[in-house]
Amino acid sequence: MTLRVNDLKVYYQTLRGDVHALDGVTFDLADGEIMGLAGESGCGKTTLGKSLIRLDSRMKHVGGTIELDGKNVPIADEKAMVPLRYHEISLIPQYAMSALNPTRKIGRMIKDLMKARGVDPASIEDELHRRLELVGLEQDVLNRFPIELSGGMKQRVVMVISTLLNPSLLIADEVTSALDVSTQRAVAESMVEFRDRGFVKSMVFVTHDLSLVYQMADTIMVMYAGHVVEKASAKTIVNEPKHPYTQMLISALPEVGSTEEQGRLEGIPGKPPGLLDPPTGCRFKDRCPLAFSKCSERPPLVEIEPGHWAACWKTG
Amino acid sequence: MLELKNVHKVYRVGAFGGGRKRAVRDVSLTVEPGEVVSLIGESGSGKSTLGKMVLGLFRPTEGQILFEGTDITTIKGHAARKEYYRHVQGVFQDPFSSFNPIFKADRVFEMIRSTYYPGVSDADWKDRVLDALGTVRLDPDNVLNKYPHQLSGGQLQRVLIARALLLDIKLLVADEIISMLDASTRIDVLNLLSDLKERGLGILFVTHDLSLGNYVSDKSVILRKGAIAEMGPTARVFENPLHPYSRHLLSCVPQLHRTWAEVDAELAANPPEDVELPVAPDEESAPLVEVEEGHFVGINQG
Ligand SMILES: Nc1ncnc2c1ncn2[C@@H]1O[C@H](COP(=O)(O)OP(=O)(O)OP(=O)(O)O)[C@@H](O)[C@H]1O
Ligand SMILES: Nc1ncnc2c1ncn2[C@@H]1O[C@H](COP(=O)(O)OP(=O)(O)O)[C@@H](O)[C@H]1O
Ligand code: SF4
Ligand SMILES: [Mg+2]
Ligand SMILES: [Mg+2]
Repeated sequence: MTLRVNDLKVYYQTLRGDVHALDGVTFDLADGEIMGLAGESGCGKTTLGKSLIRLDSRMKHVGGTIELDGKNVPIADEKAMVPLRYHEISLIPQYAMSALNPTRKIGRMIKDLMKARGVDPASIEDELHRRLELVGLEQDVLNRFPIELSGGMKQRVVMVISTLLNPSLLIADEVTSALDVSTQRAVAESMVEFRDRGFVKSMVFVTHDLSLVYQMADTIMVMYAGHVVEKASAKTIVNEPKHPYTQMLISALPEVGSTEEQGRLEGIPGKPPGLLDPPTGCRFKDRCPLAFSKCSERPPLVEIEPGHWAACWKTG
Repeated sequence: MLELKNVHKVYRVGAFGGGRKRAVRDVSLTVEPGEVVSLIGESGSGKSTLGKMVLGLFRPTEGQILFEGTDITTIKGHAARKEYYRHVQGVFQDPFSSFNPIFKADRVFEMIRSTYYPGVSDADWKDRVLDALGTVRLDPDNVLNKYPHQLSGGQLQRVLIARALLLDIKLLVADEIISMLDASTRIDVLNLLSDLKERGLGILFVTHDLSLGNYVSDKSVILRKGAIAEMGPTARVFENPLHPYSRHLLSCVPQLHRTWAEVDAELAANPPEDVELPVAPDEESAPLVEVEEGHFVGINQG
């Protein structure tokens, strides 16, 4: 088991009180597993990714544990996290591609980054060239400025940089969301290839786009308002979801070739609860057509069949 | 209602404006009342440039844009422009950037009133606003008197559409309006476009996401490097794509129940027949050939 997250609670401290962004998140990630992480905007996907690598000053580790390759990951201990960062766990942040330093050429930037991570740039040079070639980039990109590259090229550069030290775990946050379909496909397929070649052991691929994650992930985990609602193989989540939220989410997606005339799809009425003072019980209850009295208690995440987890009183 | 005739846009680029970039090349198309036309293409293909020209934000370098028979570049003067925008409005990708964060979101309605309807009474205006909010299916209690940051992207997007509806709008240019929204909100906005189409509005729907383009649109236009690669009734373009570029794009669309590998295997097993593509006589023109009724293919640009 590469990663084991148990009852993780991470809150943002704000003037108005704590935002319960991760409120008891539990899941495992097997060796070689690519897990898609999906859910509406604000449900805690980015917070989960950040928690695994670096808490910013306003984030507070309130409870729960993380284990990577059998060892505890001391997320609240800034100093103890340093040797793990990029070497064991690496993150491609949301908007990484627009965050590249515009005044540095790509090659220069990679050298600086490696030095900052305690690695001699010369020692990884051959590997860098090999991997750029693998993702279809010319060596010449090293002499270019970020502004001279297209979105898809930048995204591939970021991917190569973040996996250069062969981390156990890579978290990729919305890395393909801004790309058009053909570039999206190329980037997603290179990510799978990086896993197949062992450059990373396992991966959490954060996205809104369930049809994209279905193409490349082994499993999909769906979050809602700081809770995990369901996790299963990608096929199961798409074809036989059990949690009412997942079911509604999947049925709101138009298929290629489907038209409004053939049948109107419906969104999910209402919106997720605020996390400043979240409601007790199941967080989906205000929008759930199946809600009943018991839903005022929090439903536990249970394994309803092998490898299929759901948190709902109606499925458990 | 809207007609583009051999429209070109060439930007000046480079340090001294010495370079030239042809962002739109020889595009001709029409949008009729009650018709949704999707403009599909990868980033940089010229979609937004086309939309902005229709909105009169840029002038075409060559060619004509006619709205109800009038060349829009001949619309001069404040009063005439104001009249144009009474009928033609745009909504863009990032709803947050269309609002000033220090004012309440519903100020956008007040601005329409002061520009276009200063004579309307308070009570009458309130009815119109409530009516427009009803059409975009927003609960007035949830959005009136709120600041932009208190609303979701989908709500803001609908506020902007409601704002357009307060005018006597005939054509809506919607540029990537759903790409920043959640899946569950996207479908609501798409359904809304379909309701507007029922009311006789023409919509130019710009998107890079083909599965969404398909859901509401009557006609699809696939753009590649500024020129039309394929154009036709949406169902035909999706069922029987003729241009190699359209086929490639369609095969990359992530589908919910079919993997890329399955799609590739199917294509390899039943390779589509090649059609003869038109050849451009020069660097500027981009002729189309009609292969079946209303279904056109354009030049091959590699
Ligand atoms: N710095 C912060 N201070 C306070 N609250 C925050 C902060 N960052 C995020 N939050 C809140 O924490 C919750 C989870 O946010 P997060 O960014 O993890 O969502 P997400 O699932 O990644 O959303 P998206 O799909 O929009 O990227 C939200 O309610 C958000 O408003
Ligand atoms: N104001 C501008 N000046 C110079 N070039 C521009 C400008 N706006 C867009 N372009 C260029 O024109 C082409 C088409 O751009 P755009 O219409 O924004 O495409 P899309 O909306 O399809 O992504 C791109 O190559 C882009 O870089
Ligand atoms: S626990 Fe209750 S409210 Fe929550 S999803 Fe299940 S049925 Fe709906
Ligand atoms: Mg996020
Ligand atoms: Mg654009």
